[in-house]
Amino acid sequence: MSNIEEKAPKLYAAREPVFPRKVKGKFRSLKWGLMIFTLGIYYISPWIRWDRGPNLPDQAILVDLAGRRFYFFMIEIWPHEFYFIAGLLIMAGLGLFLFTSALGRVWCGYACPQTIWTDLFILTERWIEGDRNARVRLWKSKWDLKKWRLRIFKWFTWILIGVATGGAWVFYFADAPTLLVNLVTLNAPVFAYLTILVATVFTVLFGGFAREQVCIYMCPWPRIQAAMMDEDTLTVGYRDWRGEPRGKRRKGADVENLGDCIDCMACVNVCPTGIDIRDGSQLECITCALCIDACDDMMEKIGKPRGLIDYLAFSDEPAERAGAQPRKIWQHALRPRTIMYTTLWSLVGIGLLVALLIRPEIDMTVSPIRNPTYVTLSDGTIRNTYDVRLRNKHGDDRPFDISVDAETGLTLSLEGLDADSVVVNANETLLQRVYITAPKGSAAATSDRTEFRLWVEDKIGDELVHTDTVFNGREK
Amino acid sequence: MSKKPTELEEDEVETTGHSWDGIEEYNNPLPRWWLWTLYATIIWAIGYTIAYPAWPMLTQATPGVLGWSTRGDVAAEIKAVDVANAEIESKLAAADLTTISADADMNSYANNAGKAVFQTWCIQCHQTGGQGAKGYPNLLDDDWLWGGDIESIHTTIKHGVRNEDDDDARFSEMPKFGADELLEAAEIDQVVNFVLKISGQEADAALVTDGAVVFEDNCASCHAEDGKGDRDQGAPNLTDAIWLYGGDEATIRDSVNNARFGVMPTWAARLSESDINAVATYVHQLGGGE
Repeated sequence: MSNIEEKAPKLYAAREPVFPRKVKGKFRSLKWGLMIFTLGIYYISPWIRWDRGPNLPDQAILVDLAGRRFYFFMIEIWPHEFYFIAGLLIMAGLGLFLFTSALGRVWCGYACPQTIWTDLFILTERWIEGDRNARVRLWKSKWDLKKWRLRIFKWFTWILIGVATGGAWVFYFADAPTLLVNLVTLNAPVFAYLTILVATVFTVLFGGFAREQVCIYMCPWPRIQAAMMDEDTLTVGYRDWRGEPRGKRRKGADVENLGDCIDCMACVNVCPTGIDIRDGSQLECITCALCIDACDDMMEKIGKPRGLIDYLAFSDEPAERAGAQPRKIWQHALRPRTIMYTTLWSLVGIGLLVALLIRPEIDMTVSPIRNPTYVTLSDGTIRNTYDVRLRNKHGDDRPFDISVDAETGLTLSLEGLDADSVVVNANETLLQRVYITAPKGSAAATSDRTEFRLWVEDKIGDELVHTDTVFNGREK
Repeated sequence: MSKKPTELEEDEVETTGHSWDGIEEYNNPLPRWWLWTLYATIIWAIGYTIAYPAWPMLTQATPGVLGWSTRGDVAAEIKAVDVANAEIESKLAAADLTTISADADMNSYANNAGKAVFQTWCIQCHQTGGQGAKGYPNLLDDDWLWGGDIESIHTTIKHGVRNEDDDDARFSEMPKFGADELLEAAEIDQVVNFVLKISGQEADAALVTDGAVVFEDNCASCHAEDGKGDRDQGAPNLTDAIWLYGGDEATIRDSVNNARFGVMPTWAARLSESDINAVATYVHQLGGGE
């Protein structure tokens, strides 16, 4: 089976540098817009203020790791409510499935941070070193003063972008204005500087130097997403039935028999991953659609219809080869697979929304002490002990009244307190030991398990929550 | 990598020679940065084995030039914790026991430290939940032999019970009424039935009346006339529902015949003052503290 050649192949291959050319067009404009939008969200979000009252931070989006709180505008998430985050991640995953099955690698091409930051780095590179031809020349030239000057200026700019990236990241984890002052005056925690350093290094490394290699070698998503794609998925492709045989319109060329492709290499020159889309669908293609812009531009110049390179679905290919028009985008997008993803996405979303709307501002969890399950007191009554974790999500201190239903015959007392009420501080939890006793000989005292309900009431907020738990008696 | 797929003839692609159901594996070159990464890890590994304990020798591994060890790490961590806790430890050692629970920080520290002490030194007899066992008092209930306020608990822990190591240990001794023939068998029968009666259990009414007399003459000096015991002498309350050794007739008879002599060690020798204060606080808030 082997066909080993005489000459042994190289074991390792160096990266072939890619010098994407500048391109204009509707997809490029869309991508610039998306870049401004997503980077805007990233850089501005931590600076939005949101008034929550005196005891809570006024930053709209804040991940308070030390205080174990996540603030998002009017929503405050406690650690035990992490399922909201899990739900959002599931929605993000399903959303990614939906878009991938409908539009292929649209995430990779338009929204992935790797793509956005690489675009940004290529943009600065183009500003400093010039467009494709100038960059190729510079790359091939000797390391003279000009090259050093341009390279150092470029790297310096990249590092600035990296610092700004890492710098914005840390603002999500602390009060942004305070942290900025501390960062500048060298009073911020060492960990903040370390985070910025790591983010800077990897931003420059990934966006400046690794670029398409991150997508080709490191990212697992290109491998996974093939499972979401089928023959109706739109991907960037080349209408070879229209373009082939390709050829330059030289004098004496057999123009009559040539296809629309003039082999100008515009699509290859603009490609940020350095591939030729005319070879067909391939792993390296992130569907950034820049080759579409480049080709459309060229087709317009030579007076041919646009769309030689275009978003295509495999299912249209036979019809198009036969001369028919491709079907509409929505006809491809609307199919059981995308409908299923949309339905699942909506169900999770509705579930999360309902859970968010009905969740109380006070909360408790009850853990019965099982060691021992019960204690006999001197008068023969049976006592159970419960560790009750009380949570006050309000911005002020609240007294929590704890009770059991009277008809159970059980009585309640709190460790260290004479009353049945305990104050829980603002935005805090309190672990309160609760004793429940059953009179000697009562049903609860003499049976193994008696289910009962523990109530907690916040009279100020007029909220009442309950938890069902179990009383263990001594079986005769 | 240098040639595009369309430019290749099919048989130009190198394969590994492996074939699975006719599917072959391309032998494409690895990216060179991958090779660099491999070299970097090798260099890192060499440096690491020099800097850290690595190569096994006869008695131990090479120590590494940094002198790092997991044992040293633990020691440093323990030391750091001790330093961090030094202030509250000294505050706790000097604290008035009755005010500990009023100070939220100290109360929290005392309960957690007390729990650690309890789980290390006390659970062998009193069990992990403090529920005790036969002969070892339950610390969760409201019945105390030597007193259930925090001062009494502290004294009991500090000096222990009936041990020979501490002159301040709590001490009392019940006579072996049967074994030492201090009472006739009939009298023991009577007093056992009296104890059954006062603890609310079924008793032989014919023996109870005489039993009351035997009790008054022999037992009341410690267990009190009403049988409710005496905490100064560690004499248990015989009228309640809680029994250290058991409340059935046979066990009570055994207790009267052979007496009981429960011992608890002195902890002043083994635990620091702050540890004793902490564990006293912990035991006091288990549910039975007075």
